[in-house]
Amino acid sequence: MAKQRTGTATRIAVPLRALAQRFAFFLLVLSAFALMLLGKAETVVIERVRGGIVDVVSPLMHVAAEPLAAVSRGIETLHDLFSLREENTRLREQNARLLEWQTIALRLTHENAHYRTLLEFVPDPNATAITARIFADSSGVFVHSMLINAGSRDGVGRGQAVVTGAGLAGRITTVGERSARVLLVTDLNSRIPVLVESSRDNGILAGDNTRDPRLVFLPQNSVVAPGDRIVTSGQGGVFPPGIPIGVVGSVGEGVIRVRPLVDLDRIETVRVINYPGIEGVLPAERAAPARKRP
Amino acid sequence: MIVEFLQRLDRTARNCTPIALCVTLVLMSTLPLGLPGYWRIAPNLVLVVVFYWAIFRPDLLPLSVAFGIGLFQDVLAGTPLGLHALILVTVHHVVSNQQRFFIGKSFLVVWWAFTMIAAGAAALMWLVTMGLAFTFVDPLPAVFQFFLTLGACPVLVWFFARLHQYILR
Repeated sequence: MAKQRTGTATRIAVPLRALAQRFAFFLLVLSAFALMLLGKAETVVIERVRGGIVDVVSPLMHVAAEPLAAVSRGIETLHDLFSLREENTRLREQNARLLEWQTIALRLTHENAHYRTLLEFVPDPNATAITARIFADSSGVFVHSMLINAGSRDGVGRGQAVVTGAGLAGRITTVGERSARVLLVTDLNSRIPVLVESSRDNGILAGDNTRDPRLVFLPQNSVVAPGDRIVTSGQGGVFPPGIPIGVVGSVGEGVIRVRPLVDLDRIETVRVINYPGIEGVLPAERAAPARKRP
Repeated sequence: MIVEFLQRLDRTARNCTPIALCVTLVLMSTLPLGLPGYWRIAPNLVLVVVFYWAIFRPDLLPLSVAFGIGLFQDVLAGTPLGLHALILVTVHHVVSNQQRFFIGKSFLVVWWAFTMIAAGAAALMWLVTMGLAFTFVDPLPAVFQFFLTLGACPVLVWFFARLHQYILR
């Protein structure tokens, strides 16, 4: 009798368990899709939670990254020691060249300032910068981004430009209190208003997860040749105008690729630029529509 | 009493091995290694962890935990929230339903099955990414990642089998 009852129980329990498992699976898959859609809409709560979680684990990642950084520093020191003499000669030559440039730049700055006073030119608002270290290359196959060790308490905000000495690396997307995520210019979701430095044609630099982002939405009659420099246009008031991004690498059939100036594989520290943008010049009510831009 | 408590603590700690492995690998995958181009095609090691433990000890790495680890990976990697969670949950579900097929089979059979699973996971990830971005995404990096993950699989499975034997008994 008892045996029979156990048998019945198992007969009911086993399919029930299978059913529950299948139900749990569908429920989790549904929630995964729901989260993806919510994230696509850039919900504030989700962004805040993301920033918060990264804040919590960032000390752990700092600790883990330290030995690796020490090893790579050691290798670099050895490498530097071997090439000391060549490097010295190269730098001397470069220094001489740069001194010449400095003279020219100083003369042009004065000249420019003079013309600006003559024309009563409205100056660009002053940008301030925060220097931060990259503590995680959280990039994978489908996303190109990095985490930096500065957040909202240091004045980092969403949309700010992230640069290195060479040029623009990306922009801030998610901000935590102590950390922030940099979306690199090569990422699929990166769109930056740019212009071709020589012809002043406006366009958009669109990342597509390859090494060289594409230059799109140029005026129809514009002529672009390999070697042309691409800089930020400052349209939208988020980025300061004139930050170099890259040079045109190849002009194919309808596809113009831009090689970024920043070596995205080897960035260690970056500067986050806080640009007051259009709000700094215009009264608040006129600046309001511009602020809506992402 | 104390001995019993310590024994329980010991058992719990041992049983946390699969989850600890997942968390460690997720954290490790974000370390800045400074190798040019490496981070774009780093192998998806967490996939191997979920695959292995879903076959041999799904009780220690249940479906809901796989989901949680996927979310954690999404938060750290900056991928759309839910993408890795979807992949890990699907892999876990498929593998644990075919558990009987895997038990007692030689490693080559397991590896062959992993090839299928990893290919499916890579394809799913590629498709969902394209769907979310509304554009075409170059599949080549995903293919490279698939092969790297395939190469990492034997090493990891060997390591997990040792852990399984010595820590979980």
